[in-house]
Amino acid sequence: MNAPANASGNARDAILKSVRDALRRDPLDATQVAALDARVPRHTRPAHDEDLVTRFMRKFESRAGTVERVASRDALPAAVEAYRLAHRLPQRAAVGAALKDLAWPEGWLIHHEAAGITEALAVSPALCGIAETGSLMLASGPDSPTTHNFVPDDHVVVLEATRIVDHFEDAWDLLRARPQGMPRATNIISGPSRTADVEQTIQLGAHGPRRVHVILVG
Amino acid sequence: MEIRSNEFKERSVFAIHDANLQTALGRARYGFVGKRALQVAELPEFEQLREEAKNLKNHVLDHLDHYLERYEQAVTAAGGRVHWARDAAEAREIILGICKRVGARTVTKGKSMVSEEIDLNDALIEHGMEVVETDLGEYIIQLAHEPPSHIIAPAVHKTKDQVSDLFEAAHGGPRKTQIPELVDEARRVLRDKYFRADVGITGGNFLVAETGSSIIVTNEGNGDLTQTLAKVHIVTSGIERVVPTLDDATLFLRLLARSATGQETETYTTISTGPRRADDLDGPEEYHVVLVDNGRSKMLAGRFRDMLRCIRCGACMNHCPVYGAVGGHAYGWVYPGPMGSVLTPLIKGLDAAYDLPNACTLNGRCQSVCPVKIPLPELLRELRHLQHQQNITPVMQKRALGVWRWVATRPKLYHALEQIAARALSGIARRGRIRRLPFAGGWTDSRDLPAPTGRTFLELWQGKRGQQ
Repeated sequence: MNAPANASGNARDAILKSVRDALRRDPLDATQVAALDARVPRHTRPAHDEDLVTRFMRKFESRAGTVERVASRDALPAAVEAYRLAHRLPQRAAVGAALKDLAWPEGWLIHHEAAGITEALAVSPALCGIAETGSLMLASGPDSPTTHNFVPDDHVVVLEATRIVDHFEDAWDLLRARPQGMPRATNIISGPSRTADVEQTIQLGAHGPRRVHVILVG
Repeated sequence: MEIRSNEFKERSVFAIHDANLQTALGRARYGFVGKRALQVAELPEFEQLREEAKNLKNHVLDHLDHYLERYEQAVTAAGGRVHWARDAAEAREIILGICKRVGARTVTKGKSMVSEEIDLNDALIEHGMEVVETDLGEYIIQLAHEPPSHIIAPAVHKTKDQVSDLFEAAHGGPRKTQIPELVDEARRVLRDKYFRADVGITGGNFLVAETGSSIIVTNEGNGDLTQTLAKVHIVTSGIERVVPTLDDATLFLRLLARSATGQETETYTTISTGPRRADDLDGPEEYHVVLVDNGRSKMLAGRFRDMLRCIRCGACMNHCPVYGAVGGHAYGWVYPGPMGSVLTPLIKGLDAAYDLPNACTLNGRCQSVCPVKIPLPELLRELRHLQHQQNITPVMQKRALGVWRWVATRPKLYHALEQIAARALSGIARRGRIRRLPFAGGWTDSRDLPAPTGRTFLELWQGKRGQQ
């Protein structure tokens, strides 16, 4: 990328000056900056007394998402095959490379690249689930390309039951703990794509997946 | 878009007589207001969160320079680039510059009110680019060559039949008449655009200083396809949208969906941080953020600072009786309803939007539902005061106010006139309503005036005291 153009540099200084003029002060000194950098936000988190897995499932299903539970990771290919048959999908899927090692059924065409325009089904690993709202969190990367989350009509997401956290703040901690830092895209997904732009009528499958199915492992 | 806020009165009359618009507005009001109320009832902490959100926004605004600098550092560290735009023209130049440099032919757009504010689409189209709005509502109004009429539901004024007509004209027949068919048709048409796009432009609901991320919340997934499939992702956002950390963004996320569409959460909350990494299989090669001032830093200086807390949820317009009667287009610019009536004169000039601060009954519903507790009625009253000071108020109105003041400061005269008026109005009423009133056709043409009972409040009050 090009170096900052002069105009933008001037604009930057002018805007910051205008902000400081409005606040009637000079730039903050080192002590003030250190205090702001050390600030720890403690906002109210909505309380609930539900078991995390129960709450996750109840909330996710309330927005037209579907959830099934399997005992172990080995049961995943059979569960995906059953889903495929139920929705009459072709034997082809874009699968996150993190799920490469699974014994996918004979005859399937599996790939781990980005999703193309004709992709019908993707299977992705979730970084975690968030019980507060019943949402999935997926981190982009070679193990889970973002196009898998949005291009196919059907999105199957694999979530370890032990990876369901209580609040959004707990999910941010998992992101902060990643050695590779923030992913390019962090997608929090709370059900199938929807729109209410025509006469306030909710219609699923606006631009993203028409169905989002969670397979809870364990 | 060219500002037409000074045509508010004419446009309101037009709107009130537009049957399609009135049908659409009635439906929207019921949906948004009812769903929000249900969500608020389900979250006992809601009021507490509003108070915390107000305080957090005030903290950010008090240290806005610091958080903007921190944010810029973090974006740069993540491989992205921050651009600063003093006004709309600068913002357009920056975005045009990026699009031209990468030889953009197709530009897809997720919903962005700032891009409306800076008139971006026309500038790109003038330079030969195909600009495609991908939010379904935005797509509909782009086909209709209309501006949005609501900040979160841009096509809320359109009926299904109107959408059918627009789609048939744009995509060819056969004409689709059912909502699922219409949504499917838009899905199919726009799919192709996402994959062809050179540049994808989205807004930014929040900018996170901690991580250098931009956050968007959507239900359709169009903002995600827009930013993931284009070669370049450009975020447009106002400078006031920065928040210190992800935890701070969470506070607003808990309020935004509930206040806006009456959902517990939107379907997609997307946190974008920089361009595609070396080992990523998809995502844009470049990530740019255009920070737009356009009058915001000036607002920070005075009594309108509270307005910068706005998170653009639209609850104020959903609950506004004036917006509910005339819809968004009557307001004549980008931001309608109570928040628009404050922002428009502040961004475009007091004399460019005289009627907007006056088109308010000061009923206070907007303030009572605002997730960041902006005292909108107070700000509107303050704008009226400024109009008066700057001699923008029309002479007739000033004289009328002068007469009223003269009378109101003479209690005996005031009460006597009040008694005459109350009895006269009660006399011409039929079944408690007045259908026609001389010199007040502006009021009674479109609705009945509730008639007084014949005695004034003070008379009743004194009668009651006499009884005790």
